[in-house]
Amino acid sequence: MLILAIDTSAVASAALVSDDAPEGVLASFSTEDTRSHAEVLAPGIDALLADAGVTGADIDAVVTGVGPGPFTGLRSGIATARTLSYVWGKPLYGMMSLDAMALEVAESTAAVPEFLVATDARRKEVYWARYSLTDGQLPRLVDGPHVGFAADLPDLPAYGAGAGIYEDVLRANPDFSAEQPDALYLGQFALARLAAGEPLLDSTPLYLRESDAQVPGPRKRAL
Amino acid sequence: MNRTQPLVLGIESSCDETGVGIVRGTALLCNTVSSSMEEHVRFGGVIPEIASRAHLDAFVPTLQEALTEAGVKLEDVDAIAVTSGPGLAGALMVGVCAAKALAVATGKPLYAINHLVAHVGVGLLQTDDGALPPFAGGLPENAVPENALPGNLGALLVSGGHTEILRIRNITDDVELLGSTIDDAAGEAYDKVARLLGLGYPGGPAIDKLARTGNAKAIRFPRGLTQPKYMGTADEPGPHRYDWSFSGLKTAVARCVEQFEARGEDVPVADIAAAFQEAVVDVITSKAVLACRENGITELLLGGGVAANSRLRQLTEQRCRAAGIRLTVPPLGLCTDNGAMVAALGAQLVMAGIEPSGISFAPDSSMPVTTVSA
Ligand SMILES: [Zn+2]
Repeated sequence: MLILAIDTSAVASAALVSDDAPEGVLASFSTEDTRSHAEVLAPGIDALLADAGVTGADIDAVVTGVGPGPFTGLRSGIATARTLSYVWGKPLYGMMSLDAMALEVAESTAAVPEFLVATDARRKEVYWARYSLTDGQLPRLVDGPHVGFAADLPDLPAYGAGAGIYEDVLRANPDFSAEQPDALYLGQFALARLAAGEPLLDSTPLYLRESDAQVPGPRKRAL
Repeated sequence: MNRTQPLVLGIESSCDETGVGIVRGTALLCNTVSSSMEEHVRFGGVIPEIASRAHLDAFVPTLQEALTEAGVKLEDVDAIAVTSGPGLAGALMVGVCAAKALAVATGKPLYAINHLVAHVGVGLLQTDDGALPPFAGGLPENAVPENALPGNLGALLVSGGHTEILRIRNITDDVELLGSTIDDAAGEAYDKVARLLGLGYPGGPAIDKLARTGNAKAIRFPRGLTQPKYMGTADEPGPHRYDWSFSGLKTAVARCVEQFEARGEDVPVADIAAAFQEAVVDVITSKAVLACRENGITELLLGGGVAANSRLRQLTEQRCRAAGIRLTVPPLGLCTDNGAMVAALGAQLVMAGIEPSGISFAPDSSMPVTTVSA
C-alpha cells in the first residue's frame, strides 16, 4: 500500500510511505518555517512524486493531518489533500497531527510510558495531547487534543516545539524542543493503523477554537 | 495547449463566495457558486475566518458540480486559473492551495489571476442566448476575440470588498487604477448603515428597497473627498480627484440617528436610507464619470455586487448617457464574485500567449491591478 501523507499543522510536510519500501518511506520533505505553506507545499509534493517516479494512479490513499494547528496553515494541507484525493479518485483519511510526534517519540530512545506532545498554538497557548506507550505497540492517545496554557498541563515529560517554548513550566525533552509534526511519521502511523484494521479520521479540521467573531450587541440609543 | 478556444477552469475564493466557472474561449459553460453569506448574517459583515472555513468545505463539491454542469472532464481542460488577490488572505489561501493541487494532480498549467481585472473579464463572455460579447460589437464577424475589448475602456467596480475605477488598455497586460476608496468599500458602508438603522445584513438590498419609500432630499449627507483641496482641477488634479471615502458618511448617518433619538423623535428610517443611498451613488457616479471624461474613456463596464443596486444602475446610466459613455452591465450572476470571471480572464491570458504562473506563487491580499497575472 502506497500513501501520500500531508501535514501543515505547523511546518509544511509531505511523504510517500509504503509497506513495501525499506523503513516504510519512499520520499519525504518538510520545511523549516510555519508561514509559507501556500508557496511550498504544491511544488514540494510535485517534486516528491516526480523524484519517486510515482503518479496519482500508483497511490492507494491520501492522508492529511487534521490539526490542531494555526488555521490558515492547517487548511492549506487539507485543501490540498482533499483536491488530490478527488482528482485521483483515491480514498482520503485524516490523522490527528500530534500523533505524528507521538510516533516519533515512541521510535526514539527518549521514549517513556506516559508523555505529552505539545505544539505552538500562538497567543501564549499550546496544542497538546497525552499518550501512553507499551513496548512494541503504537502510542495510544489518552487525552486530547486540547488547547491551553502550558502551566495548566499534566506534570509529565513533554515533547515538541510547544514544550520547547515553555521549558520553564514544562518538563520539556531537550532533544524534541524544536520538533514539529511531520507527514513522514503521520503517514507511517496511518499505514500501521490501516494494516491493523483500525479506523482513521475523516478530513474534518480540528480547529479547537471558534472564529474570533463577535456578534455585535444592540446599538446604544442616544438618551 | 489550445490557445485559440481554450477550455479554462476558474476558481474564486477571495471573499465569501466559493466559485468555480468553466469557459471555452469566450463562451460561458458554467458558473457554480457556493456562498457562506448566511453564516455572516448574525455578525453584520463578512467574518474572514468563517469565510475561510466555508471555502475549505465548499471547494470540492463546487468543483464537482461545475464539471457535471459543464459536461467537462478535468483531463480535457487546457488551463486552470485562480484568484490570487486582492482579497481576504485566509480565504485566498484555500482557493490557491486547491488550485495548485488541481494543477499537480492533472499536470495542467495554472494562472494566478487578479480578482479586480477578472471582474472586467466577464465583459468578454458570451451570454446564454449566444449573443456576442458586449464589447465585440464593431469587430469583423469571424475575428478571433483574442482581445475584443475596446481601447478606451473603463470599469467601475462596486461591491462589499471594493470600490474602484480602472482604465483597461489591454486586459492581459495593461490595466491602471484611476481611483479607489481610501477607507470602506461602498458595500461595506451599506452594511454598516443598515446595521445602524436596524435593517439587517446584507445592507445593500435592504437599504435599496427601503430607500424607494423615502425622501432622498429630506437630509443632506456629505459626499466624501469632493472638496477642492482633494479634487484640484483637470490640469492640476488634487490628491484624491477620483478617490472615494465612505467612513465620514457612515459617521454622519450615526450622528443623524442619534440626534433624532436625543430629541425623542421617531427616526425617519426610510428618509435616512434614501438620503444615504443618494450620497453614495451620487459621489460614486460623479467621480467615475469625471474619471472617464478626463481619461478618454467612452466605454464603461459596471461590475461588483453593488451593480445590483437599482439607484446605482439608474444614475450611472443617466450620467453615462449625458457624457456620451456607453455603459455595459453584465448579468448580475457575473457581477458578483464568481469563478467564471476568473476563467474568462484566464482564457484571455491563454489566447494572448501569456505564460502560466507555475505553482510557487504566493497569494497576495493586496495585489495591485497592474499585476494582471502573477
Ligand atoms: Zn469582487
